[in-house]
Amino acid sequence: MLSVKALFTEYPNERGQIVKAAQNVSFEVPEGKLFTLLGPSGCGKTTTLRSIAGLERPRAGEIAVGGRVVYSSEGKVFVAPNKRNFGMVFQSYAIWPHMNVFENAAFPLQVGKARLSKSEIEAKVMRVLGTVALDHLADREATKLSGGQQQRLALARALAMEPKLLLLDEPLSNLDAKLRERMRFELKRLQRELKLTTVYVTHDQSEALALSHEIAVMNEGQIVQIGSPRDIYERPRNRFVADFVGSANFLDATVVGPEAQADFFRVETVLGQLRCYAVEPLRAGDKVVISLRPEDVHVSAERPQGQNVFEAVVDAKIFLGDYIEYQVKLGDAVLLARVHPSFSPPVGTRIHVAMTPEKCIAIPDVDLRRAA
Amino acid sequence: MSGVGEWSAGSAPKPALWQRLDLKWAVIGVSVAIVAYLALIPLAFLLWQSFFTPQTASKAAEFTLGNYVNAYSSLETLRLFFNSIKFAAGTSLFSFCVGTLLAWMNERTNTPFKSLFFALSIIPLIIPGILFTVAWILLGSPKIGIINLLLQNWFGTEYVFVNVYSLWGMIWVDGLHYSPMAFLLMTAAFRSMDPALEESAMMSGANIFQVAWRITLKLSWPAIFATILILFVRSIESFEVPALLGLPVGIQVFTSSIYQAIHQYPSQIGLASSYAVTLLLITTVGVYFQSRLSSQGSKYSTMTGKGFRPRLIDLGRWRYLAAAIFVAYFLLIVVLPFLVLLWSSFQKFYSVPSMAALQNLTLDAYRFIFSYPTLVRSVWNSLLLSLGSATIIMLVTSVICWIVVKTKLPGRWMLDNLASLPMVFPGLVLGLAIMIFYLNVDVGIYGTMWIMYIAYITRFLPYGLRYNTTSMLQIHKELEESAAMSGASWGTTFRRIILPLLKPGLVAGWIYVVIVSIRELSTSILLYSPGTEVVSIVIWELWENGQYVELSALGVLFILALFALVLLAQFVGKKFGIKEA
Repeated sequence: MLSVKALFTEYPNERGQIVKAAQNVSFEVPEGKLFTLLGPSGCGKTTTLRSIAGLERPRAGEIAVGGRVVYSSEGKVFVAPNKRNFGMVFQSYAIWPHMNVFENAAFPLQVGKARLSKSEIEAKVMRVLGTVALDHLADREATKLSGGQQQRLALARALAMEPKLLLLDEPLSNLDAKLRERMRFELKRLQRELKLTTVYVTHDQSEALALSHEIAVMNEGQIVQIGSPRDIYERPRNRFVADFVGSANFLDATVVGPEAQADFFRVETVLGQLRCYAVEPLRAGDKVVISLRPEDVHVSAERPQGQNVFEAVVDAKIFLGDYIEYQVKLGDAVLLARVHPSFSPPVGTRIHVAMTPEKCIAIPDVDLRRAA
Repeated sequence: MSGVGEWSAGSAPKPALWQRLDLKWAVIGVSVAIVAYLALIPLAFLLWQSFFTPQTASKAAEFTLGNYVNAYSSLETLRLFFNSIKFAAGTSLFSFCVGTLLAWMNERTNTPFKSLFFALSIIPLIIPGILFTVAWILLGSPKIGIINLLLQNWFGTEYVFVNVYSLWGMIWVDGLHYSPMAFLLMTAAFRSMDPALEESAMMSGANIFQVAWRITLKLSWPAIFATILILFVRSIESFEVPALLGLPVGIQVFTSSIYQAIHQYPSQIGLASSYAVTLLLITTVGVYFQSRLSSQGSKYSTMTGKGFRPRLIDLGRWRYLAAAIFVAYFLLIVVLPFLVLLWSSFQKFYSVPSMAALQNLTLDAYRFIFSYPTLVRSVWNSLLLSLGSATIIMLVTSVICWIVVKTKLPGRWMLDNLASLPMVFPGLVLGLAIMIFYLNVDVGIYGTMWIMYIAYITRFLPYGLRYNTTSMLQIHKELEESAAMSGASWGTTFRRIILPLLKPGLVAGWIYVVIVSIRELSTSILLYSPGTEVVSIVIWELWENGQYVELSALGVLFILALFALVLLAQFVGKKFGIKEA
């Protein structure tokens, strides 16, 4: 449905230097799916979104929606943003303060090419306001809306024009935590119901994991990994992705050799030998980093069965309600572990640590994208 | 513990009254008294005088409504009123259009020479009104104007192409003079609008005209009206242009009539006062509506954290036209006036540029200026007045500002308004009011430098207040509170915490007041006497005597000195890390 090919967008900053905001960005979004651009500030995700919208002029590349090319550097095509029929929700919502709720939502229908009658406009607007549960506030001044209501109005306005593509620029970042969680559900439900192809930009990895069909992690203008939420979380391709999405323990290691089971390898670390999993095949002598999520570090008083078991000492302990976070020392290395509160040894206790081989992901140490 | 008297209610036994009348209240009392005296006296006496006939040798002044009757029933006043409105409306609209076009070119398109646009903000500070007007007379006068003479030579005709001595000429000159201010105000308005508001309209499918009409204009109309109002008030207060361009051909507005009424024999002080009161009413109404609009406008401005500036409109080949427009503007507003003054300063007698004239260049005018005794004294006076009044203003307003911003004293809103009152006074009217007061209440300062000091301090008090207020608002209450918790008295806290933290505002305000006051003319012109002239008065006198070349030499030197002063101010400003208010 949406295809972005080799997009390069750059612009000069106040000091006149060229900022390489988006470099060789390519991805495809099938019809009806929600695609997220995830990354830290300054990684180029918003610039990419604005390039798709037509609010930024890229230097090179091609953008096509439903087969229709809206930008092509080769074919010298650039369709103006007001002709692309993409709905966009801005981070600040951009609700017009001099209009009321109805007028804000009706605007796209009034300025568009199709000449609709007043009653048609009214019917469509009230319907879309109903979808976001704002129909009872149709007469209210836009400045008198709460943050959550403004956000829903911005969404209604974007949906009113029945767009082919919905673009959302960090729509939840200005809401408080509880409201954000509620709106996450709303947005997901709406998108799945309407089957509207959507591109979503955020720096919040839990939003990305919760909402997306597919995620592209970006850093310093480039896409670092594309995959489903599970993929990104459980099989990070490099250190940056492992560290940015969720938290991770990292252990430097050298590959000893492959294991009998496919995709499993034996590596030498400062703790001793480990059995780990790798997406790409590894050769003996390769330098890798083992990434392990804290919730996959299992602690117990007794020595458990299985592989990758080590002795450790509890160094620090934080009670966080639904789990306890431990810092455990294994020799010189310190690992973070997330444990159910039922097991609660005090600081200084000797315990056993077990790491599931499947969850020890070996990542190549030659990291082209350093973490920001 | 003094200084926290307001908070200690309840627990400790209250100290005796005389112990509570400590430094803090003394300083507050003195400051309030100074401000009230300075701000109210002129107003009171102006009103009072307008109800009295002129005092002549034979007849004492008596109460009369005659001044107002004369003023408001005569056709003359009606003509005056309409002339003033026409002039002010024309000037404000002209400078608004020019300023807005430039602001739009700079903010929303990719016109080249962006950095030069900001030189515009200092131009008005460097070229005083009187020199700008004189330069344009030298350019556009029907008899001696260079533009006319050159074009007449070229086309071989006697036709007068431009005549600066006309209402259109006045509007042209004053409009150009105020256009940098319009530019700065509209730039601020453009910048305070969230670009996402226009971008979302674009994404909703609106074309560029729909965006401009339904969104941009509807959102910025308070800023637009406020700007036009400010420009209107400034033009109706304007003195140099109507006096130099209008009086010689009988085009009268309020300011020039006030000046004339005083300078005829016998002095028509009462008449001048009634004109002055009328003018004051107009400016008060203007300033009132403008401040209402400004506070309403802030409802519409939304600031986002992200700095995504709107996409600049690519003008393509029209860029060259835009650049040409800008260069032409720059010529009209700085280069031509300065060059014409420079040219004229090197002449023996004023003449048009020609090969013959080039051979007769001389430094005589400069020699004359440097040996002119009045000049040396006037430079000294200007320096004393501006430096002295700036210092007193910044110190007094820091206290006023502290009271208004930091305390909960009842009636502090009144203090704020009092200190800002001089802002509605046109310079000439303020001079008139002070003159009247000190003529009647003879404390012996009329004709001395003291009366000038009083006038300067009164006139520029609001500027100092504004700079200090901006700074004061940024000093968090807890900084003072922690000083109190550490045991400091009010005086110590003010001296060691508040004043140092105010330093950026104090220094910026001081510099600004110095620069603005050193060019001052309209207040000084009714108050000076031989020995207390300032530089702009000397320029005025040279003009009245027809000494054009000497005037030009002085003008050139004055402009260069102001330029140096502004550069110095920028340098000092950077060192203290202050931004322009």
